[in-house]
Amino acid sequence: MTTRASIGRRFVPVAFGTACLLVLFVLVEALVRIGTINPFIVPLPSEIVLSFKRIVVEEKILPRFLLTCGEALMASLMLSVAGIALGVLLHRKRIVRLATETWIAAMASAPIVLMYPLFLVIFGRSAWTIIMIAFVAALPPVILKTLEGLSSTRTVLINVGRSFNLTPSQLYWKILFPSSLPTIFVGVRLGMIFALINIVGVEFLINFGGLGQLVNELSERYDLPGTYAAICFVIMVSVMFFIATERIERWLRPGS
Amino acid sequence: MPTADPILVVENIVKRFETPDGVLTAVEDVSFAVAPGEFLAVIGPSGCGKSTLLNVIGGLLDGYDGRVMVGGETVRGPHPSVGMIFQEESTFPWRTVIDNVAFPLEIAGMAKAERLEKARHFVEMVGLDGFERRYPAELSGGMRQRVSMARTLASEPKIMLMDEPFAALDEQTRLLLGDKVLQIQQDLKQTTLLITHNLTEAVQLSDRILVMTYRPGKTKRIVEIKLPRPRTSEIVGSDDFGRYVAQIWSDLREEASKGLKDDESRVARAGGKRR
Repeated sequence: MTTRASIGRRFVPVAFGTACLLVLFVLVEALVRIGTINPFIVPLPSEIVLSFKRIVVEEKILPRFLLTCGEALMASLMLSVAGIALGVLLHRKRIVRLATETWIAAMASAPIVLMYPLFLVIFGRSAWTIIMIAFVAALPPVILKTLEGLSSTRTVLINVGRSFNLTPSQLYWKILFPSSLPTIFVGVRLGMIFALINIVGVEFLINFGGLGQLVNELSERYDLPGTYAAICFVIMVSVMFFIATERIERWLRPGS
Repeated sequence: MPTADPILVVENIVKRFETPDGVLTAVEDVSFAVAPGEFLAVIGPSGCGKSTLLNVIGGLLDGYDGRVMVGGETVRGPHPSVGMIFQEESTFPWRTVIDNVAFPLEIAGMAKAERLEKARHFVEMVGLDGFERRYPAELSGGMRQRVSMARTLASEPKIMLMDEPFAALDEQTRLLLGDKVLQIQQDLKQTTLLITHNLTEAVQLSDRILVMTYRPGKTKRIVEIKLPRPRTSEIVGSDDFGRYVAQIWSDLREEASKGLKDDESRVARAGGKRR
């Protein structure tokens, strides 16, 4: 009974999610076929599925996928290290926090991607331009969520540390940091989403390579099923990163 | 005052806070001493400064007048001989029961095998054997408080300060955990200072009870509890127990009424300002 219940708990959400996706698939297919949705705007989902093989074979999807993944991984690593470090700095230095918090929050909504010509001048037409734009655009949520996580650590946990005579560094590493990890990871995930949007956007704009360039090329050719199939690969990158961060979070902070 | 050399001496403690309405004296001229192995409860109405007093003794608050001495040594700040158990849930949710209990030993630099062995002993002491690998989220409120207690005991403090540790629990769990505290206190001869507003709990556990006045918190009376030891929660049905509860309530009633009136007038003032 217990094993059945635990299997049920694990598989029912997955089955429900898959069923929802299939229902959506069938619904869109039906709406396109009966003409409610214009097939020149949204292609048949079955055509998108069939175009996957063509995209993989003819459009060399693997190197493009790996390039976008690599850029996203590099940007994610950079923004995790720098964002968390800056969040800690803002938490420790009140004057720095008061001076910069509003600016950082404002920067989160700034369309950094439009500054791509400036980045092209600085970094040239290379993957670094894409990585740096993604890094800068995605930094604010990581900084702000790190600050929020550290600031919202429950006072009683800090008092436990103080009552055990913890040094300031022990207090940080043994209590403040693990306590704020769930909030920090929310920031990292948000940052990664921002980064991926910017990476694909800049690949699209500067025609450098990766999945963004492929989406651009296919849409220019008016290959709608192919365009949507390429977008599915972008979503796959996002899902892969999401699952990876979830695993890392569970490893770093068990018991949640 | 106890005749044996006291392990804890609190002398003329005065603690004031700056508030928007002016200076608030939370604790005024409180003095007492606790003998080794003694169980002293501090009882008073809500807002009388009990927790402030405990935080001063535990070294979590500074900027006070007076002196706190532990084992003859004046202390300012947290002291390794003093362990604290808090009212709020204070286990580390990212650590298992055994890792929570081993926390102070890890901080002290003890080798992993040794600290786990020692932590297991304290887990057993609070009756949580079999739950070592569970996380706090998988435990009940009473079990989590026992984890906190085991964690504090693992640091082997000479004095244990307990700030209403069972306040969030139901009455039955509270009585049963009281039994556990009595058992541990009897086994370890642990000097304990308990802050509570629960009369039954104070009489059930203590050798003496310090009754505090409502704001500013001063010593109103110290009552010696001459109930036989070892005790269990069954003692709550005895006539002597009832007499002690009645006696302390007669002291406390006037103070609790002052607190209630003060709360009502504060609410009325706040309502007047809003209008």
